[in-house]
Amino acid sequence: MEQVLSKINRRHFLKVSGITGAGFIIGLSLKGKNVVKAGEIAPYGLTPFVMIEKDGTITIFNPKPEMGQGTFQSIPSLIAEELEVPLTGVIIRQTGGEKIFGGGQSAGGSSSVRGSYFELRKVGASAKEMLVQAAANQWKVPVEECYADDAKVFHKPSGKSIGYGDLAEAASKLDVPKDPKLKDPKDFKLLGKNTPRPDIPLKSSGRAVFGIDVEVPGMVYASVAHSPVFGAKLVSYDDAAAKKVKGVIGVEKCQRKFGPYTYDAIAVIGENYWAALQGRKALTIKWDNQGNDTFNSKDYTQYLHDLSKQEGAIDKEEGDFDKAYSEAPVKVDAFYETPVVSHSPIEPMNCVASWTDGDKLEIWASTQVPGGIMGEFTKKYNIPEENLTIHTMFSGGAFGRRLYTDFVGEAVQLSKAIGKPVKVLWTREDDTEQGPFRPMTFSALKAGLSADGKALAFQHKVISPTIRYSKNYDKTKTDGTMTEGISEQKYEFPNMKNLYVNADFHVPVAAWRAVTSTTLAFAHESFIDEMAVKANKDPMEFRLGLLTKDSDTKTVLQKLKEVSNWDKPLPAGWGRGVAQYEFFAGLAGYVIEVSKKGNGVNIEKAYAVIDLGTVVNPDMTKAQVEGAAVMALTAAIKSGITFENGQTVQKNFNTNQLVRINEMPKVEVHILANGGPRIKGVGEPGLPPFAPALCNAIYAATGKRIRKLPFDIHNV
Amino acid sequence: MPEYTLNVNNKDYKIDVDAQMPLLWAIRDFVGLKGTKFGCGIAQCGACTVHLEGTPIRSCSFPVAAAAGKKITTIEGISENIDHAVQKAWIEMQVPQCGYCQSGQIMSAVALLKNKPHPTDADIDAAMQGNLCRCGTYQRIRSAIHRAAELV
Ligand code: FES
Ligand code: FES
Repeated sequence: MEQVLSKINRRHFLKVSGITGAGFIIGLSLKGKNVVKAGEIAPYGLTPFVMIEKDGTITIFNPKPEMGQGTFQSIPSLIAEELEVPLTGVIIRQTGGEKIFGGGQSAGGSSSVRGSYFELRKVGASAKEMLVQAAANQWKVPVEECYADDAKVFHKPSGKSIGYGDLAEAASKLDVPKDPKLKDPKDFKLLGKNTPRPDIPLKSSGRAVFGIDVEVPGMVYASVAHSPVFGAKLVSYDDAAAKKVKGVIGVEKCQRKFGPYTYDAIAVIGENYWAALQGRKALTIKWDNQGNDTFNSKDYTQYLHDLSKQEGAIDKEEGDFDKAYSEAPVKVDAFYETPVVSHSPIEPMNCVASWTDGDKLEIWASTQVPGGIMGEFTKKYNIPEENLTIHTMFSGGAFGRRLYTDFVGEAVQLSKAIGKPVKVLWTREDDTEQGPFRPMTFSALKAGLSADGKALAFQHKVISPTIRYSKNYDKTKTDGTMTEGISEQKYEFPNMKNLYVNADFHVPVAAWRAVTSTTLAFAHESFIDEMAVKANKDPMEFRLGLLTKDSDTKTVLQKLKEVSNWDKPLPAGWGRGVAQYEFFAGLAGYVIEVSKKGNGVNIEKAYAVIDLGTVVNPDMTKAQVEGAAVMALTAAIKSGITFENGQTVQKNFNTNQLVRINEMPKVEVHILANGGPRIKGVGEPGLPPFAPALCNAIYAATGKRIRKLPFDIHNV
Repeated sequence: MPEYTLNVNNKDYKIDVDAQMPLLWAIRDFVGLKGTKFGCGIAQCGACTVHLEGTPIRSCSFPVAAAAGKKITTIEGISENIDHAVQKAWIEMQVPQCGYCQSGQIMSAVALLKNKPHPTDADIDAAMQGNLCRCGTYQRIRSAIHRAAELV
């Protein structure tokens, strides 16, 4: 295996694209889901996924950026499984937003495997059938006597074999099978197995190349100063001292574009990064804060509380909530709050851009969206696609942050301005201070119960700013992104009315791993617990009681009950809590056990169940859930981002703390993969139910109900 | 600018840099070894961990002048063939996710095992607390360190 992150070389690609008969390329038709080969239709009429060259080199193209979630292994393995090639024997190329690779060149929403599972297997299976047929033709033997293994075709009776490279040309001339036979899952060698990730040796030796590691000849470095106050405008700056710093070669204005915002910025360019950074620190900048410097979290919190009194727009309504609630003999009301949090991937935002010949642009970036970069910058600079080359580098974490291209735009502008390749590298302070952030959501919840504890009416009202920056945004309607999942839970309530109230916010906000489910699940599933307490029922039984019909949610809860030994009494001072959450990316749940420790609690154990339908790599799935638990814990117990004087209070990891190894709870992950046609996501579902399961456990252990994140786990 | 000789992974490099430049940038941008990473610049994340005379330091907060003439080891220097016991354990336990923090994690783990060939969980907490992992690979880091202790 080789880490090749460059764009495919067009001439090389054409040479082997079957037109010249030098090799074999197969992929998917551009629009449809049909498997096609190069040469069959116009050369760019397909999205290539496999290229087999005469010398036996096999390349698998991977359109899904690798940011830690394992697409570098999972996506190619879908093809390799059917093609009968070992992952260690192929080159995996990350694609660079090229049109031929279609519109799916991004990673997010836990969608990478969900969206590709059958199509990519079909590509591999078709290629294999053609190679086997080519061998049978060459040997003049019945095709049934031949089979493929380890990048070769074997003739069973005689034992002779021939490599894929030697068959490539002949195979490229055969018809693509209409209906390639997919392998029976029981014969899988890679899928469903704990196949080691090919990127792990690279990442255990400093050899993996991230965006920050890119160096190109003649490259200079830029450190970019932005206003710490959101919404400030540049008045003037003095760069005399900056220009005196040894190694500083220039100072340039540029703009950071994010969503609807354009922020002024000043870049100091240096021969090396340190010089650029020192120069930037020597700038004296005058900003006009435009009144935004009085903005603070306390006032904003009050504003959201005030907004919560509004009725809001209906997200989903069933039965007659108002009547059922007002008539219910037992009522439960609660208000939940969550904080703004940062993405904070450990690799800070960076990008190398290089303009040549006036109209050719090359970009190297740790990004989730090579396809988006291609569209945005060809349009902005009015250049044809073949003039933009994008190198999708390994991302040192992303979590949604790298869905955005603000930092790419800075590098592109600066390279254009100075006519040299430029590496823009944000500091950690830039990253923490500038956002975008996951916004907070506040939740007002109401429920009506019968005297014997039956749920009669339920309401979840969400109050939040939106992450959807659209000109047509209608504040009077609900916003599915910000009410994510609240109306999709499987609990059966005879009367339900969920609502949404939109809040204004001038701070840049964005999707975060598991998006809004990360905050809403906390409110939703903690409140279900409050209902159970009011109803005098065991929280697990209360939930199962709301799920009379069969559903994946019910299966997850039953599995959690079993693996956590829910009915087994815990030692004194311990408590356990349960939560689950289903949303667009998938479904998972936790049972968490805590013990009292001083005024706080210690997390003893977290049992997770993730429901997948089909699992591509169980071990990688477990790793994703373990990691999601850590991220959820950070969001629950660390400061998050707060605002004073129009800017973030937290600037770096000393104040914006993340969970460390000594705080890591034991996480035991169970996977439900009962086959089934639905393929669910892996990267995100492990996040949302963690905080509510923890807080429900804390209630069970201490009687304290936590309705506001973050909280101090040492003093609950 | 003063000239310094940096001994990195048993090789001498002569570099001409500002005395206050952190060792991290000297290693990355002047010596040209990119395995050591930048995460925070204030000794909070551990991504930049290297060994100075065998002791782990945060190279982002260590002036190059103070490292001159001393033995510096980076992730590239712990093995030729990715076969240090810690690396083997890292691969066996499939520790890295995004991988960005892992050079630093491994350098901290290598130093820990040199001092304590059989570390307890408390030893691991103490030695590894300075290394953040946003992907949350901590559970696997712990198992891999225990595993590496068996492999050494
Ligand atoms: S970069 Fe040195 S500790 Fe974070
Ligand atoms: S593996 Fe991504 S930060 Fe540690």
